[in-house]
Amino acid sequence: MNLFHFLSQNQDQVFELTLEHLWLVGISTLFAVLIGVPMGILSARRPIWNKPVLGTANLIQTIPSLALFGFLLPIPWLGERADRIAILALTLYALLPVIRNTFTGIRSVDPAVVEAARGMGMTESQLLFHVELPLALSVIFSGVRIAVVVSVGLATIAAAIGAGGLGEFIFRGLAMVNNQLILAGAIPAALLALAADFTLGWLERRLRPR
Amino acid sequence: MEQTSSGGPVIEFRDVSYNLPNGHPLFSRLNLQVAVGETLVLLGRSGSGKTTALKLINHLATPTSGEVLVNGVPTRNSDIIRLRRGIGYVIQETGLFPHYTVEKNIGLVPRLEGWDAERIHQRVLELLQLVELEPAVGSRYPHQLSGGQRQRVGVARALAADPPILLMDEPFGALDALTRAQLQHEFLSLQQRLHKTVVFVTHDLREALRLGSRIALLEAGRLVLVLTPQEFLCSADPLAAAYVQAFADSRTAAHGGAP
Ligand SMILES: Nc1ncnc2c1ncn2[C@@H]1O[C@H](COP(=O)(O)OP(=O)(O)OP(=O)(O)O)[C@@H](O)[C@H]1O
Ligand SMILES: [Mg+2]
Repeated sequence: MNLFHFLSQNQDQVFELTLEHLWLVGISTLFAVLIGVPMGILSARRPIWNKPVLGTANLIQTIPSLALFGFLLPIPWLGERADRIAILALTLYALLPVIRNTFTGIRSVDPAVVEAARGMGMTESQLLFHVELPLALSVIFSGVRIAVVVSVGLATIAAAIGAGGLGEFIFRGLAMVNNQLILAGAIPAALLALAADFTLGWLERRLRPR
Repeated sequence: MEQTSSGGPVIEFRDVSYNLPNGHPLFSRLNLQVAVGETLVLLGRSGSGKTTALKLINHLATPTSGEVLVNGVPTRNSDIIRLRRGIGYVIQETGLFPHYTVEKNIGLVPRLEGWDAERIHQRVLELLQLVELEPAVGSRYPHQLSGGQRQRVGVARALAADPPILLMDEPFGALDALTRAQLQHEFLSLQQRLHKTVVFVTHDLREALRLGSRIALLEAGRLVLVLTPQEFLCSADPLAAAYVQAFADSRTAAHGGAP
């Protein structure tokens, strides 16, 4: 049985696992943006926060993913459901690119423009929402894109703790020494990553200020 | 922002000292007054502190000691946002918002002040005409303008909400001599109609003589003198004389009269 055959015969399951996969990636990216953008803003505005915030986000990246899933397993509410753990772990990994790009994006706004904004009597929040964030948007977005692409790959490992997603095929294939099955998980995951990269890259170019 | 009825200075530096972020003193005990409706030119070399002096007025920089008063109120105690909205600021690098059209750039302060859209639109058209730009320029983005057009937009933006005070930091800096002369001419005719209180920064004596009601000469953070253009031309002060000499030399050289 070749791969194409397998995929078409298990259409429903492939579809379901892809949706699960997308959900894990989507919701964790959303959380990472909700947490990471404010932290990036904070570290751009208050230099003393810069080192601790980026340092912590960096540190998280160095924890091997399987180990992180393992660490989170015994935590009470979280450990009850595998997808909670997976979402938390993916969120944590996605933080670094989001924070770092928010920080860089805001810091790279032309100082003359910031000074003009202040000099004309914009409040700090007007400066942030009308000037700094719009001008930093494409850089922030490219951080999100990196986070998504990395998450699509990382999310395959979530299957190791039973959180579902395309990793299911991969781990089943590993257990059964079945390459076909491994590829049935790996190829859709790779396609997903490429598709996400392409769409988000296109959006990012559209957001780029002139 | 109301003018003080007392006829006192609109802007006053009272024993202002200012240290740079690295701790080095730039100004020490600077005293200077700007009267209503006058154009005070800050003349000085690069790094002499002209831009910093402007920033002290709209509180982008805070005096280390002493006070800057605007309409008699120390900037330290005033509502900074209100203060700044009443002061038009043309910054040296123009600082136009790259993500806004020319129209949105010019209409910024009126928008912040809550004017309605139609009034802002009319005001923008009026200002474009004032700085001699085509109305069609309004829909362009700053990167689609020439340097000179950008500087005009910067001036229009500063004038938008009709502030009684204008701070202009080398507004015609990056321009060729002809355009520069033209803008200086426009500035003078504008000033005859608008009677703003203007602090105008330049390092060009010709511009200072042409536009200033008084010239304040800065050298390395020190206020050397404050004189009218006529007084400046015959000042015995060595630095002022050096400026005048350099100016005269450039004219004789141009006339082929160099020895
Ligand atoms: N943020 C800063 N940190 C350290 N030094 C500064 C800062 N801003 C200005 N300076 C220094 O303060 C001095 C005065 O600067 P300022 O910008 O006021 O000069 P200027 O007269 O406007 O010069 P130019 O004609 O080149 O614009 C300079 O020596 C400059 O290097
Ligand atoms: Mg300057």
